[in-house]
Amino acid sequence: MSKLIIDKDTCTGCESCIPSCPFDALSMQEGKAVVDEKCTFCGACVEVCPVNAITLIKEEKSAAEGTSAKDIWIFIEHEFGKVASISFELLGQGRGLADAVGCKLCGMLLGDKEAVDPFAKEAIAHGAEKVYVMESPLLKQYRTDPYAEAAVSLIRKYKPEIVLFGATTQGRDFAGRVATTLETGLTADCTDLGIDPETKYLVQTRPAFGGNIMATILDHPEFRPQMATVRPKVFPMPPKDDSRKGEIIRETLQMTEDQVRTKILEFIKGAETVNLSDAEIIVSGGRGMGGGENFKVIRELAGVLGAAVGASRAAVDSGWIPYEHQVGQTGRTVRPKIYIACGISGSIQHQAGMKTSDIIVAINKDGEAPIFKIATYGIVGDLFTVVPMLTQEFKKRLGR
Amino acid sequence: MKIAVCIKQVPDTTELKIDPKTNSMIREGVASITNPFDEYAVEEALLLKEKHGGEVHVISMGPPQAVEVLKNALAVGADKVYLVSDKAFAGADTLATAYTLSKTIKTVVGDFDLVICGKQAIDGDTAQVGPGVATRLRIPQLTYVSKVREIDPEKKRIVVERLLENGREVVEASLPALLTVVKDINEPRLPSLLGIKKAAKAQIPTLTAKDIGAEENHIGSKGSPTWVTKIFSPEPRKGGGEILKGELSEVVPLLVDKLMETKFIK
Repeated sequence: MSKLIIDKDTCTGCESCIPSCPFDALSMQEGKAVVDEKCTFCGACVEVCPVNAITLIKEEKSAAEGTSAKDIWIFIEHEFGKVASISFELLGQGRGLADAVGCKLCGMLLGDKEAVDPFAKEAIAHGAEKVYVMESPLLKQYRTDPYAEAAVSLIRKYKPEIVLFGATTQGRDFAGRVATTLETGLTADCTDLGIDPETKYLVQTRPAFGGNIMATILDHPEFRPQMATVRPKVFPMPPKDDSRKGEIIRETLQMTEDQVRTKILEFIKGAETVNLSDAEIIVSGGRGMGGGENFKVIRELAGVLGAAVGASRAAVDSGWIPYEHQVGQTGRTVRPKIYIACGISGSIQHQAGMKTSDIIVAINKDGEAPIFKIATYGIVGDLFTVVPMLTQEFKKRLGR
Repeated sequence: MKIAVCIKQVPDTTELKIDPKTNSMIREGVASITNPFDEYAVEEALLLKEKHGGEVHVISMGPPQAVEVLKNALAVGADKVYLVSDKAFAGADTLATAYTLSKTIKTVVGDFDLVICGKQAIDGDTAQVGPGVATRLRIPQLTYVSKVREIDPEKKRIVVERLLENGREVVEASLPALLTVVKDINEPRLPSLLGIKKAAKAQIPTLTAKDIGAEENHIGSKGSPTWVTKIFSPEPRKGGGEILKGELSEVVPLLVDKLMETKFIK
């Protein structure tokens, strides 16, 4: 166990440590500071004490139980009772990385009672040899404080070599906290991962400047674990095999609800049934739509294809469609199988959000529009003619 | 209420050149702007100040020319601005940058109620510095905020909406806290003529590593675990640019054929 020791003889009773505690764990008793069970051993008070009366003994230094496993860990993200597909994609890619390093592939799963057992089995079926599990009612829904506390304690104890997260809103919120707490490296939004054959270091590749350049990034060897968030849908989904066996290692979370500084009050589901980041097909409208009502033609085509509806910044800024639909540099980055751009000229900023789509279809009156330069297929024509024709043709073929 | 805002100067164009020798980007000669997401951060701070009173302190870490973005912040109404600039910061990754900004906030703003950042910078696109600063300051973080519903500096409480993949999460947190904001949150104001005049004359205080009490091994390349080994251009899109020509009654079914062949449409 970690310990926070306040030396009563040294403490002058100045009270400067009291407000420094983020968890309200310090109070004054008979003119001296005392600590209670709300303490998370963060060390904030140690820094502020002017007379150095407070000492923090961290668990990982006193206990030699940490094995040097050097494994690869995948964060098993889940939301609304379902594991995020990015976690399985990472297990698929992680298999190859673990073989290249010569280590085990493990899952890190945080959740409540309902979640952990079925999700640990799913992780194993998708390739995890071990799953490190922390179960607590505090971990039911993702919240930064308890998730980071859980991950940091697991990582400090079991010392993985590499930890990978999905570059989702949850993964990006979470990984930034964990890496900073551990004071280690974190590479955002990777689109490729490999292992250097000589050093066995993680080789991380990511786009920057809206995808105009790519960077290869390594972590200096004195900083471990190597951590990265990885963009969804970059790696294929590995096959699921329910007969696979794996080990589940359980740990308990040393935290109580009053140490968690946030509370989720409600969740307002988006108006659209399909979300842009997960969509296989996206139909998007731009300035050429000319008005909010005209998005009807886009929605009809999207409905037939089971697609999500996207929009360019011009359409959003004109108030024709809510910001949630915006694709591009200041909106969302998407990578669907098929992206159908209707009345979108294709500015650099829009391209930054969609140019890694597998197939891009451009429909635009202006044959000179930059969107045609990156399109797989293009039709030069009026979207209000072309899009309804496409809808009819797909309806016919799909029997809808 | 004391609000600190972190802003970054980013290149305006996406047409960047890379120095083949040093593998770093050549920023000279490229016009610079305030990172668009940071403009929403500044605006939100100003709106909260107008409603609840207080001060808005804007901080930027960067080269000496980053004073320009701070002048813009002054022109729209920031109370105080600070540039954190030192050769020793060179090569900082997100870990070192978050450390530097958190030390600066502690030094110049002291007891703040709120820190606001843009959700990410459009050059690096990492979205890591906000959570990093919150971690260093030991305060809760609320990322991807699209609306501040309530804020009560007295009761030290804030309620926000966070824009996630599937909808909006309404979260309550204790203050002080750090927010990272998305575009949806507001409409940044334009500077007034008076504001521009005032900003043009202003002397922007510059802080060095020593001024913020930064430890040498936590800043610049020394404090940065990650290391860019190579920068290259992405491969151009394959098979691009097939314009289907002819009568629409022919090209529309042809396009449908091509898309059906992909098996992505089910």
